[in-house]
Amino acid sequence: MTVLVHLAPPKRLIDATIDGEEVRVPEGTTVLDACAASGTEIPTLCYGDTLTPRNACRVCVVEVEGARTLAPACSRKLEPGMSVNTDSERVRHSRKLVLELLGSSVDLSTTPKVPEWMERYEAEPDRFGPRSEPAPLGERDARRAGEHEAGDGSVAATVEQPPKIDNDLYVRDYSKCIMCYKCVDACGDQWQNSFAIGVAGRGFDARISTEHDAPLTDSACVYCGNCIEVCPTGALSFATEFDMRQAGTWDEEAQTETTTICTYCGVGCNLTLHVQENEIVKVTSPHDNPVTHGNLCIKGRFGFQHVQRRGGGGERGAERGPL
Amino acid sequence: MDFSAPYDRLTRPLVRDGGELRPASWEEALDRAAAGFRRGVQEHGPDSFGMLSCARATNEMNFMAQKFTRVVIGTNNVDSCNRTCHAPSVAGLSAAFGSGGGTSSYAEVEDTDLIVIWGGNPRFAHPIFFQHVLKGVRNGARLFVVDPRRTSTAEWADRWLGLNVGTDIPLAHAIAREILHAGLANETFVQRATSGFEEYRALVEPWTLSAAEAETGVPAEAIRELAHAYARAERAQMCWTLGITEHHNATDNVRALINLALLTGHVGRYGSGLNPLRGQNNVQGGGDMGAIPDRLAGFQDILDARVRSRFEDVWGRPIQGAKGKTLTQMFEAMEESEIRTLYVIGENPVQSEPETHKTTSRLRSLDHLVVQDIFLTRTAELADVVLPASASWCESDGTFTNSERRVQLVRKALDPPEGARDDIEIMCDLATRLGHDWERPAAEDIWNEVRSLSPMHRGMSYARLEEHQGIQWPCFSEDELEPSFLHRRLWAQDPAERGEPAPFGIVGHSPPVDLLDEDFPFRLTTGRRLDDYNTGVQTGGFSSPLRRGELLDLSPEDADKLGVADGEVVRVSSRRGSVLVPVSISDAMRPGLVFMTFHFPHQVDTQLLTIDATDPIAGTAEYKAAAVSIERVTEGAEEPVSVR
Repeated sequence: MTVLVHLAPPKRLIDATIDGEEVRVPEGTTVLDACAASGTEIPTLCYGDTLTPRNACRVCVVEVEGARTLAPACSRKLEPGMSVNTDSERVRHSRKLVLELLGSSVDLSTTPKVPEWMERYEAEPDRFGPRSEPAPLGERDARRAGEHEAGDGSVAATVEQPPKIDNDLYVRDYSKCIMCYKCVDACGDQWQNSFAIGVAGRGFDARISTEHDAPLTDSACVYCGNCIEVCPTGALSFATEFDMRQAGTWDEEAQTETTTICTYCGVGCNLTLHVQENEIVKVTSPHDNPVTHGNLCIKGRFGFQHVQRRGGGGERGAERGPL
Repeated sequence: MDFSAPYDRLTRPLVRDGGELRPASWEEALDRAAAGFRRGVQEHGPDSFGMLSCARATNEMNFMAQKFTRVVIGTNNVDSCNRTCHAPSVAGLSAAFGSGGGTSSYAEVEDTDLIVIWGGNPRFAHPIFFQHVLKGVRNGARLFVVDPRRTSTAEWADRWLGLNVGTDIPLAHAIAREILHAGLANETFVQRATSGFEEYRALVEPWTLSAAEAETGVPAEAIRELAHAYARAERAQMCWTLGITEHHNATDNVRALINLALLTGHVGRYGSGLNPLRGQNNVQGGGDMGAIPDRLAGFQDILDARVRSRFEDVWGRPIQGAKGKTLTQMFEAMEESEIRTLYVIGENPVQSEPETHKTTSRLRSLDHLVVQDIFLTRTAELADVVLPASASWCESDGTFTNSERRVQLVRKALDPPEGARDDIEIMCDLATRLGHDWERPAAEDIWNEVRSLSPMHRGMSYARLEEHQGIQWPCFSEDELEPSFLHRRLWAQDPAERGEPAPFGIVGHSPPVDLLDEDFPFRLTTGRRLDDYNTGVQTGGFSSPLRRGELLDLSPEDADKLGVADGEVVRVSSRRGSVLVPVSISDAMRPGLVFMTFHFPHQVDTQLLTIDATDPIAGTAEYKAAAVSIERVTEGAEEPVSVR
């Protein structure tokens, strides 16, 4: 019997140069992938390993010899004979400026690796002056396209505003939002197909919003948490993490991460349980997993509390109400 | 409003004294549990014992539970809530192909040309599977949804076929007849790989498009379109859920769908297959491990003496060469006092079985009931001994098997609360008290015993499961992986390699048992919503912004006719009981059809309404079709209480 074996179409290997080193990679490999394979670190913010590159943040730019503009490493594919410089003066200058503009206007305190990058590229986000006052809740959401008022330069413009807390599961802290679009893509046609959020406004007033800035509870949100899974800055977080950070008890060093299988339906989603002091504090899913590709539903993401109700003698804790 | 007051974990064993449960030491509780089982076997023989194993627990736990039943007690009376959902899928698939798993993989759903979802709402009940469906749709596959309700899954479909509840077989037969009359059957495949075709052709012949339209309520043109699309597709996936299996003739329903795949050759190839979506994390694995009354681990027939002897050699005790009782049969046998003692691990039949009152009185009639659970469920409240267990998915090591037959590692992330113990440890301690010195084996040791006895699991070492992020069965050797789909043999040129042909199922239409009439004119069907799960014991623990409690979904037309408003509490009555429940007017419902979940049993006990007519082959109950009436209630009776 002829055995049908399904193979991906064969890929040609191509030769290129990165930082003066010869590399040989399969056709279609991005500069970022090639660098990752060779151990060259490139900073990324809007790149998501499960998402199509949006090229929004520009922090991963590299210099392609002969090209007029810098290219985003996350989406630029290597071509035969291409020569790429990942650390030229132009690249360093561009990354520095990106980090300074973000750092001056956005709260990057929970974005991993930012301090290291700031130092590496000698970024000085404070040089634009002190930050302006945070906007009151809802004020930024009411700004209309074409009505932006430029500041006088005495203070640095900011996206800061109070966190949005309108349900028991998520917190949206848009002071930390860099407008990378990853949450919109995860909620939209790339994974969840719920389309609860999109981009509203223009220019510096652009922001992630539900339809007409409705509370999440009046939106199409189904609380899968797949937006939080991809958020690079902590702008979106689970209420558990947000509350623990507020209380100063969030301690990633003390957390273990164990991947197990969801206890609900029979699909078999892989859950990574982040556990601190024998309590589940966060649930994620491995992005390279063939079942989930990093996505979960509300039950897998939040349906763990029942195992942690360790207080009583097994009766229904009606008087305690839901957690 | 607090719709689902969550339970607290059990942390102390309980024993019944003078009619009341009181805390006890582990020693006392285990002694009592063992003594009751010992007495039962001595006085009434091993077949008076029943084991309800847990479709939520690991393969390793299920393997030990069936081993406990067969070796320590000496009976084949072991089953699980598998019975309440997908046993018909297993029965139907094994009758056709010899093994009871879905034949394709999630990845193939992304690569197919046509997806049929029949009797299921995976957008809510299997959301991450539905992401694979949506990838397929975005890759160009057409999606047909067959369901009485216009579900959130149906909203994504190219065509929604809204059929009357319980008319799946006429619809399937009409599709087959149309395929035959249009000359679109895969004649080569039918001739080579199937049997019983002539009888099948005669069986479907009366189901013309117009006859089917009259019976199913689906327009003839839509039936014709699905028939042509399915038969002409290069690759097609047929997926189903409990809308097919929670019927009194569920196995027949499954056979009717399998027939369509046999007629068109949509099985045994990459991208073409049959996929029952499993409702619980390890329903597939529980059956695979032999925690069912008629099979040993790896789907091996208990009636085959050669199979039994391999197990007997390892276990050192003869295994009965007769099928044990299914869960349904065990409950019936309680009434005849044939089942006297019952060991329930992690199941809550009081709230998950139909006809709550009957289930409760049957459990009360037992001489000895031991319940091992993480909560004091309604079932545990009836027990003589309650043993506090650990939560297998996060407090123990082991494996689960998912709907695409993928065995995946479960890893311990939390310590169980003090006082609770691992399921397998508890079982070993009981076995030791019953004269079988089972030292508490590690999960991996148990798994290696499974591998030694079950050829289809043999190649799956823990190390390989880790390396490959799970492996789909069958996996016969550590050196290779099998294709992601089953039954490729059916396409072989060589008849010897092709093996046993797959028989067409000769199944007739049998409408729901609970008939509609003037007194009970509405068809009640049940199912899940997105954020809640089964009897709510687990999902009650978190605060879902989507949760609205139990509701009666009702069409706008019927709401008008009855004069009820959205949110108004109505009385819903069946021939068995009645409940008060708020109305939710929904255009997903067709006139005459109403929908409830069973997520909030202490708010509204839906199972008071459902019927326990069961499938004679697989024993699944007809949760999907009850006849009910709906009445407005007068002011002052808003408090939703269940009355009989």
